[in-house]
Amino acid sequence: MNQPPLPGKLIAVEGLDGSGKSTQINLVNQWLNGLGCKVYFSEWNSSAIVREATRRGKKKQLLTPTTFSLIHATDFADRYERHILPMLKGGYIVLCDRYMYTAFARDAVRGCSPQWLRKLYGFARTPDITFYFRVPLDIALGRLVEGRTRLKYFEAGMDMGFSPNIQESFRIFQGLVMDAYERMADEFSFVTIDATLPIPDQQELVRHHISSLIDLSEFKQRMRS
Amino acid sequence: MSPMPKAIAGAAKKTYGEPLPNVDLTKLIGALIVIEGPDSSGRSTQISMLTQWLQQEGYAVAGTGLTRSDLVGDALDKAKEGNVLSPRTMSLFYATDFYDQLENSIVPALRAGYIVLADRYIYTLMARDLVRSADRAWLESLYSKALIPDAVYLLNVSVTNLAERTLAMHQSMDYWESGMDLGLSRDWYDSFVRYQRRLHVEYLKLQRDFGFEIVNANRSIKVIQKDLRLRIEKVLEKIF
Repeated sequence: MNQPPLPGKLIAVEGLDGSGKSTQINLVNQWLNGLGCKVYFSEWNSSAIVREATRRGKKKQLLTPTTFSLIHATDFADRYERHILPMLKGGYIVLCDRYMYTAFARDAVRGCSPQWLRKLYGFARTPDITFYFRVPLDIALGRLVEGRTRLKYFEAGMDMGFSPNIQESFRIFQGLVMDAYERMADEFSFVTIDATLPIPDQQELVRHHISSLIDLSEFKQRMRS
Repeated sequence: MSPMPKAIAGAAKKTYGEPLPNVDLTKLIGALIVIEGPDSSGRSTQISMLTQWLQQEGYAVAGTGLTRSDLVGDALDKAKEGNVLSPRTMSLFYATDFYDQLENSIVPALRAGYIVLADRYIYTLMARDLVRSADRAWLESLYSKALIPDAVYLLNVSVTNLAERTLAMHQSMDYWESGMDLGLSRDWYDSFVRYQRRLHVEYLKLQRDFGFEIVNANRSIKVIQKDLRLRIEKVLEKIF
């Protein structure tokens, strides 16, 4: 995709719930901060103004595949236009925990067409690097069960009616989301990381990749002497 | 821009291109009739008269409007007060609201065989966004899951009449309906006139491309009502 270069760099992480991508992007954030780089971090579904509506929709299970998709696009547009794009123009390294590919994967599984989704997010820049954390379903599910103990309704795809059992529904839904990620990996040149490796090993690969593509010295804040 | 597909009343319902997930369009046996037009064009008066008339004729009628959804209605009102969202975020917020109503109230009513009288539809949302420089192709794709109505009537009022009616009704002009966010003029009245003219241009372009009917709403309430009833009768004959 042709897009005019900006002073900043955009790095996104994608993967299933329980793939460990949030852990990895947090470590990248720590690392870049430690180096004195100008960094901004943005998380999927975190815009203050949209959060209330999203929470209400999820709680009452009012969301349909289309409104589920649109409410996340609204959240994304708010973060993108308020923070992400200005930060990129201002020369920051912007780290995104999930990006439009999350919508491409999940919402397509819910029945929104890929063309519609790509047009919907047509205003968003392609990241300079997108890391995809590939993990087998059982490991992702196992990590979630150990961590949060309770799977959430929409994350488990319960709205799809795959199964009345939430664990079973999660397995089916996430399996389809995973297939969708795998199909996108080539199309969007994801950098695939084996998310079964020990955390420090994955982080080393990620850091190495970032350093080889981005001249980090350009992003160091000028220290006051 | 090529003309958009127009529904033939009586034929099976269709969308503007994209399927609506989980909705079987062949089961939608009611009628979707849209009244479009700017604020103070007399839409709500006409709709309430139409509702009474249709009910007396024995039809079940459901009403729907913009920003009334359970999902984001409140959040949208709040956002409008603060004027803190970017135009694109607002577009998407309104689109979310629209689809929430489409799927949770319009579609169920059509499935139950109701006449749905919609107080504005995607065209007002598009016109407002187009005035604010939104990309037409992006908007068309955004709303491509919307049902094509059985009939759309645009209440067309001259801008002078609109200004007069607005002032007579509210003794003031609404911030958004005056397009004050666009910075067209510091003078509120002047901004209203300029904004409504631009909106009017967009409505007419959409009217041409989507092929809906223009109703001269500079006339008296009674005459407009009579005009609408004649047109709607013909549409209903083909559906019921």
